[in-house]
Amino acid sequence: MNRRYLTEKIYKALMLGCLAIVIGSLFMVIGITFWHGGTVLLEKPDIVITPPGPRYLLGGEGGFLHATLGSIYMVLPATICAAIMAMGIALYLQSDYSSERIAESIRTVLDALWGTPSIVYGIFVFTILVYIHQRASLFAGIIALTLLELPIITRYTDEAIQMVPRQLKESTYSMGSTRWETAKVVARYALPGATAGVLIGLGRGIGDAASVIFTSGAGSTMPSGLFSTATALPVMIFQQANSCYPSVREQAYAAACVLILVVFTLNVTSRLVTRYLSRYVPRGR
Amino acid sequence: MKGLHGLRQRHRKEQITSNSMRVLMWAAVALFMTIFLLLVAKSSLLFSRHSILEVLFSSTWDPERGAFGLSSVILGTFAVTVLSMAMAIPVSLFSAIYLSEYAPWRVRSIFSTFINVLAGIPSVVFGIAALLVLVPFVSESLGPWLGVETTGMCVFTAGLILAIMVFPITISLSLESLRMLPIELREASLSMGMTQWETIKHVLLKAAAPGLISAMLLGFGRAFGETMAVAMVIGGKNQLTGLFSAGQTMPSLIVNSFGEMMSIPIEQAALIFVALLLLIIVTGFNILARIIKNRLKERWKI
Repeated sequence: MNRRYLTEKIYKALMLGCLAIVIGSLFMVIGITFWHGGTVLLEKPDIVITPPGPRYLLGGEGGFLHATLGSIYMVLPATICAAIMAMGIALYLQSDYSSERIAESIRTVLDALWGTPSIVYGIFVFTILVYIHQRASLFAGIIALTLLELPIITRYTDEAIQMVPRQLKESTYSMGSTRWETAKVVARYALPGATAGVLIGLGRGIGDAASVIFTSGAGSTMPSGLFSTATALPVMIFQQANSCYPSVREQAYAAACVLILVVFTLNVTSRLVTRYLSRYVPRGR
Repeated sequence: MKGLHGLRQRHRKEQITSNSMRVLMWAAVALFMTIFLLLVAKSSLLFSRHSILEVLFSSTWDPERGAFGLSSVILGTFAVTVLSMAMAIPVSLFSAIYLSEYAPWRVRSIFSTFINVLAGIPSVVFGIAALLVLVPFVSESLGPWLGVETTGMCVFTAGLILAIMVFPITISLSLESLRMLPIELREASLSMGMTQWETIKHVLLKAAAPGLISAMLLGFGRAFGETMAVAMVIGGKNQLTGLFSAGQTMPSLIVNSFGEMMSIPIEQAALIFVALLLLIIVTGFNILARIIKNRLKERWKI
């Protein structure tokens, strides 16, 4: 009898130890980024909005405005495109439009697309660029990010729409509405979940380097137009983190800190927006 | 008359929207096909000069001499991924069990939030943390302790950071499948006089096995395709000589060859083939995970 209690205790201690490892290592990642990046940011907060100088990558003056702007220019259009398409696809996956079998197989495809490593999207868009004899550009970066975000946002929106009670749909149909009119009501009900999905997609897009590095270029020039090269924060971090110039490395740490802050802000925003939008939904979520 | 006009308009709107949504949906499916086919088409240049067996099983990758052997890179990818999963699976499984069976409701919900936030952290940030902490740790503490000479930029460090990166996904998915089990299973087992650990070991783990396996497979897929964090710490040497020396994985090979990729068409084809292999392997794991998970759902009719 005693031995069984002892086993119980040992395993419980083991589990607590494992949990401590998980929490500790994850806090280590966040903590070290805040520690190294935060000190740089507090010292020189203006590097986020200073354009890079001529000898920037050699330890010269300047900040990483090119990457900040590049990220914003790429991620916002990509997220908007992906969100609109995702809403359409997710609505079409409902039983009003598609048969259950088709919807299930398309969900499988979307899940496979979700799991596809982002570098595959990067290579895919890069291959298209080579095929049509184009250089890397902001536009190609936007396309790569749209492809990356589309399956994520679609699946979240789809899950949210599946939660909509059948009675709601039935009552709109019984009023003589068309499928599209019903879809509008359904979409409003699913809005909190869909918005959370969009923000998660946005966070994924803003943090992804592998899909952007091949498609939008990786220089240190300011983005100057839709068809010129641009770079994004994660790409810039990747390139500068191993630099032999300490000041260049420091900027990468600062940029990593900015990225973490953006991800946290998106998370909080997603919660607040979800709560706000839930007013369309009876009894909250 | 106006009513009829309105009806027509509504009908037209309905048709336009449903058609455009159908087009969108099939476009998403076509996208997957296009990715696959384009990668196949564009990597075929490589196979006009080298046989597929030579590419897959020879180990020298030296584009300048025209050698495109992938076996050591493929092995390197599996080494890093298996290493990371060997560390991540027990730790995340035990954590998920604790959170599901022992932790009070409040702790569980706080921890779930924490994990969800962490799942969103970009991989370059993990790469930065690995460079700042794990690389010095491996080269200065772990290396000497084990008696190996290492710079810290090695396969082992890459496996370590990947293990940390897959924690959020493996823990949250395992937790989800453990919580999915009906409470009656636990009650029945506990009422027979089993301790809580015995209940977990003999009842819950078996019942949730498909879900747990699928969680680990998804983690494996995630680790396998992970690019940036690995490329930052693995050192980038196209040969696998040991756990504590530099190596290369398939995604990091693509990223590290980025500069040369523009100039040499055959190397470009070879790298596109690497991306294709990556797509096939990861998609295989993901689909397998989904099939196994559906079995769990069917078993408990959820």
